[in-house]
Amino acid sequence: MRELSVAGAETLSGKQRIDRSLLIGICILAVLALTPFVTEIAGGNYVLNLVLKAMILAIAAVSLDLLIGHGGLVSFGHAAFLGLGSYVTGIALTEGITNALPVLGLVLLICGLFALITGAISLRTSGVYFIMITLAFGQMLFFSLSSLSSYGGDDGLTLWDSPVLFGQNVFLAGSGLFYSTLIILALTWFFVGRLSVSRFGRVLRAGKENPVRVGTMGFDIFHYRLIAYVIAGLLAGVAGFLTACHAEFISPSTAAWQNSGNLIIMVVLGGMGTRNGALLGAIFVVLIEESLSLITHEWKLIFGPLLVFIVLFAKGGLVSLITRPGGRA
Amino acid sequence: MTFTLLLIQILNGAQYGVLLFLIAAGLTLVFGVMGFINLAHGVQYMIGAYLTFMFLSITGNFFVALLLGLITALVLGLALEVLIFRHLYDRDHLDQVLATFGIILFVNEAVKVIWGPGTLTIPTPEILSASLQLTDNLLYPVYRLSLIVVGIIVAAGLYLIVTKTRVGMLIRAGATNADMVSALGVNIRRLFTIVFGFGAMLAGFAGALAAPVFTIEPGMGDDLLIVAFVVIIIGGIGSIRGAFIAALLVGLIDTLGRTLATDAMNLIFDASAANQIGPSLASMLIYIFMAAVLFFRPQGLFPARGAV
Repeated sequence: MRELSVAGAETLSGKQRIDRSLLIGICILAVLALTPFVTEIAGGNYVLNLVLKAMILAIAAVSLDLLIGHGGLVSFGHAAFLGLGSYVTGIALTEGITNALPVLGLVLLICGLFALITGAISLRTSGVYFIMITLAFGQMLFFSLSSLSSYGGDDGLTLWDSPVLFGQNVFLAGSGLFYSTLIILALTWFFVGRLSVSRFGRVLRAGKENPVRVGTMGFDIFHYRLIAYVIAGLLAGVAGFLTACHAEFISPSTAAWQNSGNLIIMVVLGGMGTRNGALLGAIFVVLIEESLSLITHEWKLIFGPLLVFIVLFAKGGLVSLITRPGGRA
Repeated sequence: MTFTLLLIQILNGAQYGVLLFLIAAGLTLVFGVMGFINLAHGVQYMIGAYLTFMFLSITGNFFVALLLGLITALVLGLALEVLIFRHLYDRDHLDQVLATFGIILFVNEAVKVIWGPGTLTIPTPEILSASLQLTDNLLYPVYRLSLIVVGIIVAAGLYLIVTKTRVGMLIRAGATNADMVSALGVNIRRLFTIVFGFGAMLAGFAGALAAPVFTIEPGMGDDLLIVAFVVIIIGGIGSIRGAFIAALLVGLIDTLGRTLATDAMNLIFDASAANQIGPSLASMLIYIFMAAVLFFRPQGLFPARGAV
């Protein structure tokens, strides 16, 4: 009886915790939704573009957190999907496909296939070997993109069109793209949040803690991980689509390993495996880079040591700073 | 593809492999013994090159500059270990990646501020500036040949230290089970510091040796670091012998691949397609090789457990 009541109390506090993090997430998204009005008054597209960039990266970071935070799978090649998504978009547009639906369909198809194949191979390894093999696939894609000489090669390619959805320019850089991105970010955030508390997410997390035990219980952890890997790849591919729309330019450097490292930094800084960590991390990294570069041209002299200090002194990421009294968000 | 060209490519490949080995040796020991992912290891390579440049302009003698550069690289490596890295050994791999990434950002930028963003070069030392007549129509610079020789000597020396000396025994034991070594009364922290400083010095040595051959620029170690990681994964983490063989393999595959890939693609595709696929395939070869090794032999070619 006593055990039962203890369990009951725990579920209650667990529920409160989830509600709290849900609230924080909605607040973040609401603040993001209001930025265009604020920048309208302030009269600057600069901040709007910056926030847009942060939101696109946040989609990729949230998808990466599904792997790192929930699955314990540290992928060092996640920027490959960003690059692939942007290239499929760019190539489709150059070839005259401007309807957003087939373009997005192609992005999902190709990123999904790439994730399925590389995931099926990578997931046979674990730990540090998984880090390195995902890096290897990322590098392979990077060099493949650089070799597409009819689509710009090393230099990248300027896009003259943007995808059109039902005759609306919702992906044209500006406030249209801003709200499309915000909606996709909100859906991604909500979807990954739901997924992580579902049975699927619980098996994934259990596999992170003890894969042997999960296997003994009859779950094929490999399949769960592969599905998570494909989902993360698809979401990052959509972020790549948005990257191409926003920059009106595609470049192999989107898929460079430094970019994969950047995504990992966002996830870890924000707080792994938490509902809002990756979201906060992406926004924080983009904004702090920008504001430091306003102070000094050599902003990395400050950002580098800042990273070291955060690792040494702020365990658990930014989320734990915000929600410390209530525990993990 | 003539014999002469092939010979040149093999020598260039061996030279690249030797430089990779000098970087990978420290990386594999730090990784194997301490389980520490040090992304900032490539920075030590860059520092070695810049320090040699600085001391050369002060003293005017390459070998004095090399020696001073090595000592300074060692001191810097030890300082980094004491200040930052030793607090990260017990942490998650991700924390280590994050902190060492921060160090890369800082040092690359600091180098840019101190020496400027442009590329620098230093001349080949006077006594080694001649070229050797290898075959009738092949002249090869003595400096590049001596690079290969020095690399092989260092590799042999390292192998002897790791397999025959007491410190080497402790390093091997540490790579197998650090907790047990510590429980047996060995000051494992001091061992870590020694290995770390030594590894940093070797990477600096590679940078100094590479300086007269390649250009010196900020961020020059970043891409080499990734290749060095490929090397230690292929060779087996913690294995000096594995690192040496894998470094030579990677050096040769990469260098030969760049000349052979386009030719090979010419056999399958038409010339324009081959010119497009060839170079990108060449850049991918080492990663394909690593993925294959990981797939068939996840522990690497020469796993450290047992013999190094």
